[in-house]
Amino acid sequence: MSLAQTLDFRTATRAMGRAWRRWPPMVVVSILVVAALVLVALTARWLMPYELDEQNLLNRYAPPVFMGGTWEHPLGTDSLGQDMLTLMLRAVQVSLSIAFLGTVIGAVAGTIVGFVAARFGGWVDGVVGVLVDFQAALPFLVLALALLAVLPDADMGTFIVLMCIYGWERYARLARGLAIAAQEQGYAVAQRALGAGGWRIYVRHILPNIAAVLVVNMSLNFPATILTETSLNFLGVGIEPPDTSLGVLMGQGRSYLYKAPWIALLPGLVIFVATFAMSIIGDWLRDRLDVAGR
Amino acid sequence: MSRRWLLNRLGRALVTLWLLMSFTFVALNLSSEPALQVLGPDAGPEAVADFNRLWGLDRPLWEQYLRHLGRLATFDFGLSYRTSDPALAMVWERVPATLSLMLPTALLAVAIGVPLGVLAAIRKNSVVDCAAMTFAILGFAVPNFLVGILLIYLFSVWLGWLQPSGIVDWRSWIMPVLTMASAEAAVFARFARSAMAEVLGHPMMRTALANGIPWSQAVREHALPNAAIPLITVAGLFFGSIIGGGVITENVFAWPGLGRMLVDAVSARDYAVVQTIVVLIGMTMILANLFVDLAYGWIDPRIRDQRQ
Repeated sequence: MSLAQTLDFRTATRAMGRAWRRWPPMVVVSILVVAALVLVALTARWLMPYELDEQNLLNRYAPPVFMGGTWEHPLGTDSLGQDMLTLMLRAVQVSLSIAFLGTVIGAVAGTIVGFVAARFGGWVDGVVGVLVDFQAALPFLVLALALLAVLPDADMGTFIVLMCIYGWERYARLARGLAIAAQEQGYAVAQRALGAGGWRIYVRHILPNIAAVLVVNMSLNFPATILTETSLNFLGVGIEPPDTSLGVLMGQGRSYLYKAPWIALLPGLVIFVATFAMSIIGDWLRDRLDVAGR
Repeated sequence: MSRRWLLNRLGRALVTLWLLMSFTFVALNLSSEPALQVLGPDAGPEAVADFNRLWGLDRPLWEQYLRHLGRLATFDFGLSYRTSDPALAMVWERVPATLSLMLPTALLAVAIGVPLGVLAAIRKNSVVDCAAMTFAILGFAVPNFLVGILLIYLFSVWLGWLQPSGIVDWRSWIMPVLTMASAEAAVFARFARSAMAEVLGHPMMRTALANGIPWSQAVREHALPNAAIPLITVAGLFFGSIIGGGVITENVFAWPGLGRMLVDAVSARDYAVVQTIVVLIGMTMILANLFVDLAYGWIDPRIRDQRQ
């Protein structure tokens, strides 16, 4: 291990040490909430009390237990007599998968694009810059709607791709800027002087140094990703029944706000809890790891 | 401001515009057989051929592309697939309703968000700061459609005070504007606080105080103008988010504006209308970003010098 690497490692561990020293209660609760949601998403298949497309038209709008319902349908039923608990489990699974996979794949793709732009410069850098400009010129919701107007039958896969398109630009900008700055720093210059090739410096030396910034941005951006997906599905132009997501459920429930408010309010509550908890974790990570904002 | 910088910036705006127009063309060609989607799956081959001839879809791709660019450049957005009315006129009719929502939203968001953020920065770690930042996180974490639905549940379902949808009288503006302004005010509060906190920590402030200027005067005359500069960037961002937020809010409250029309057109796959709205929004955003960049050089002498 080189001296430069040892020093990097030490600053990294010191930052982590600071990170673990203090655990504000809000953060602990948020982490538990997110962990619980992830657990639910992973085990949803086995937790569902009914089949996803099982309808009972004789038992529509059954209220949840806490609004005077029975334990047959703990969270009530919807306008087709489908079990809300089953729908909610599947919705959490779909929405979290889209947000998680979309964020991670988008971040990886964006980082690679940013590194390529920083490494080659010139016209490659120019093309990336124009693409970033383009995405800044169109609110993402509008861009996504334009794509959904022409793509046939959107499903979970479509939305994962859409969320990658949503996120890549932020990481490309970050990775490009950080890589260009890092090229001038002692450790990268030293590695180059020692004969390390271009990509080796990026992957082995620059990437670990900027990983904290990327991770913090992923966690800060996660709530926005969930909100974008649920917004699009809320508008009713995305995932089609019988499959569902938190946004789809809310979009369906808004028509029954007078008769059966729980259909819209239950998924709304889950969206709120998930995004709020992730925002708190993101803010806390940013402060702890000493990463300046976006 | 140097001419070279200006030309460069204008060039980038034009390239972005070209990319926007090309995007609409690519998106249009992603759709599988628009004729079948508009006429229905049972349309006969003759009807499909007629449709394709009418819309120029039987031409070679490069010719279609050039025609497409030419049409958009002359503001010819074609006819709605659904009603055969000119798409631009249809869209234009909806603009006033959307603007009438956005102007009060913008005013309310700035009037609430900026003072809140500035106050939070001046009284850092106080009760005000804590409340302001909780509000900021809430505004970020609660989606517009949830706020809208909660407002409808409260004021329409529960209390029965307000109409949940459409434009009836002046009270119809209350819920949509509140929905959008709460989210935007949170963004403004967050940015105003961090901008103000940064300026307050600047050595310039210490110098001002050391020179015997009272604290309140130093904040008023030195900190506030400097903190206002980054807020220009937010104004550009704000423009985009308010359009995006408008799409959702208009749909929640059945507001007869652009956002609702966009979603309706997407559901009906009326691509001429979708494309018109996308290009118009993109053009406004490109202009807004350009003005933000120009405003920077105009307001901040440091940036003006850099661009020489």
